[in-house]
Amino acid sequence: MTPAARYFDYAATTPLNPRVWAAMQPYFEAEFGNPSSVHAYGQRAEAAVENARGRLAAALGCQPEELLFTSGGTEGNNLALRGAALAARRQRGANRLLVSLVEHPAVARTAQQLAAEFGFELAHLPVDEYGIVHPKDVARLLTPDTALVSVILANNEVGTINPIAEIAAICRERGILLHSDAIQAPAHLSLNVTELGIDLLSLGAHKLYGPKGVGLLYVRAGTPLLPTQTGGGHEAGLRAGTHNVPYIVGMAEAFDLAQAEVDQSARRLTSLRDHVIASIMQIPDSKLTGHPSQRLANHASFVFKGVDGNALLMLLDAAGFACSSGSACKTGDPQPSEVLLAMGLAPEWAAGSLRITLGKHTTQADVDALLAALPSLIERARMLEGAFR
Amino acid sequence: MSKGKVVVAMSGGVDSSVAAALLQQQGYEVTGMMLRLWSEPGREASNRCCTPAAMSVARRVAGQLGIPFYAINAQDAFREIVVQSFLDGYAAGGTPNPCLACNRQIRWEYLLNRALALGADYMATGHYVRLTRNPGEPVRLFEAVDSHKDQSYVLHVLNQAKLQHALFPLGELTKPQVRAIAAELKLPAATSKESMDLCFLAGQDYRDFLHRYQPQLIQPGEIVNTAGQPIGQHEGLANYTIGQRKGLGIPAAHPLYVIAKDMTSNQLIVGTQDELGGTQLTTEPVHWVSGHAPAVPFDAEVKIRYSARKAPARVTPLADGRAELEFAQPLRDITPGQAAVVYVNGEVLGGALISAPAAVEDSNKYAISFAADEHR
Repeated sequence: MTPAARYFDYAATTPLNPRVWAAMQPYFEAEFGNPSSVHAYGQRAEAAVENARGRLAAALGCQPEELLFTSGGTEGNNLALRGAALAARRQRGANRLLVSLVEHPAVARTAQQLAAEFGFELAHLPVDEYGIVHPKDVARLLTPDTALVSVILANNEVGTINPIAEIAAICRERGILLHSDAIQAPAHLSLNVTELGIDLLSLGAHKLYGPKGVGLLYVRAGTPLLPTQTGGGHEAGLRAGTHNVPYIVGMAEAFDLAQAEVDQSARRLTSLRDHVIASIMQIPDSKLTGHPSQRLANHASFVFKGVDGNALLMLLDAAGFACSSGSACKTGDPQPSEVLLAMGLAPEWAAGSLRITLGKHTTQADVDALLAALPSLIERARMLEGAFR
Repeated sequence: MSKGKVVVAMSGGVDSSVAAALLQQQGYEVTGMMLRLWSEPGREASNRCCTPAAMSVARRVAGQLGIPFYAINAQDAFREIVVQSFLDGYAAGGTPNPCLACNRQIRWEYLLNRALALGADYMATGHYVRLTRNPGEPVRLFEAVDSHKDQSYVLHVLNQAKLQHALFPLGELTKPQVRAIAAELKLPAATSKESMDLCFLAGQDYRDFLHRYQPQLIQPGEIVNTAGQPIGQHEGLANYTIGQRKGLGIPAAHPLYVIAKDMTSNQLIVGTQDELGGTQLTTEPVHWVSGHAPAVPFDAEVKIRYSARKAPARVTPLADGRAELEFAQPLRDITPGQAAVVYVNGEVLGGALISAPAAVEDSNKYAISFAADEHR
């Protein structure tokens, strides 16, 4: 029933860039060594890992030793929150976490577990109707006993970009650590961690045409962090486990390629995105979610009143369009998005979310086909929901 | 050349997986859908119909067949319609069969609507039941070839609008044949044991469930004999069903059975095996599969529970849509809230819920009607 569908889910994942694959391939075969080994195989593998670290550090504006390789964004978020919270408590008795209401579950659930199982007090940063965390709220809610603040850089569900540099300045002034989940950002924004003034920042490779299963955590030099995965002394004792050499090489390649064309790509995608937004806003009972301009270049997200978002995704897929409701949810979980509720959307709107995210293979023809098909599919989804209600 | 688009309701079980494979072999364009039904919070992993493990098996089957697969969240609808009808059924003093509501309103309405919205011509399930289609005539519903697996009892609720879109590819097969096909095609199958338990009870006793959701139904009261004399205490009428012998806790010379429940006086009426049962019952309005009620009384066979044998009966359609049934032999456990399903030569003509005997005023349909009335 589904021929090769047009893909509008680049925020979920992206296809591997063939040049990235070419860079990775030798490290599966000839250069298979373990970077921890003494011999020549190990030396060449270690050189590849450290070369990748150097390239990534240059791209991000930090020192190589400030980057830890992880298995992806979720692990980076877990290590940042758990590792920094536990270290701050040990070092200065700080027992409070200040986390925005629009975090990805990798941050939100980790913070909840730290509260429920490890005795931290969990406080939340509110957001406005666009999902933006305001620096004045950070200033107001920051207390000396706060171990860590975590604010997502660009939201995965609604695409809104937060003023991280301003928030970082406030945290820095008060001597409190700031972490940001930046996983959605680097395909569309140039990132410089020094300019941002941040302490911890999580990234993954597969949102920018790199492989799944690899990521990094930037840890500003001198930031107290306890390891959450212990074992051999890899990554300065902060993240044990044999290095995933081909994937680490692939991430560095993907990062360089994506950041090199970030401005050009953002210009093209912004124009396509704004066309999508203008067209979809013509559909009755539709709303843009997230900020109209302060958002990722490739990200258009909406809610439709009286629509079950999952039913709409199924209709879209069967019609040949691969989209998302905003967060991956294949098992049909009915809970409306916490992010949309935090932005003040009523549940009857929040249940009908649609995320359209564009990427480097998206053409004007793809977008035109989607925009032509969408109104009648929404109409059909509304009839289904009406039949039940 | 496609014979049309069909959505198969998949469960990860061998029946629906084989149904999907067979339809694909027959030249249909197949899509799989799996319902995610309501479970009590915290018990999702035990829901008999749709555990995460069963979902992953269904996905594997869909992947092996190369068909699209969608999980359909019907939790709200299931809670509001099926679980509520279950609770309401007990509140009314009956012993409800929630599978009837599920087939009528969830599988063959909520899911069917989604299949049709997707552009499907048909929806199929792994139910064991047969259909015949002749141009210009109503679709007719028949028992399965495999009488052990026949599921026509629960599918009598389908109407013509639904049946015209229905396919049941297993109706001509036996369960061993279906297993053999699954083995031949190397289809993965969920390792759930066959069970008659209700899916949303997730392995717990229905009484525990009622205790949590309808505690007001669990009022202790008197157990009386058919002469109206108190002989013990019951723990709440919802805990008992007609014909039940175990768990009464009353010593007696002859085994005692539940004969009726009087919701008004909160009394449980018990009696001996002789006093149990009757030859007549009246139904709620009948659903006739053809869409038309027969004009005159006729002889048929009637099933009064999912697992009951068919019993010969005279069926008299009433002007108000209900029917009166008179059985050739007394039946032990005529239970209000269960369906009476009417068959002629293996064809399902229709069915209806069995009315509570309290609605019967002036006949000896049950011995207990008199006894209860006298007692009042």
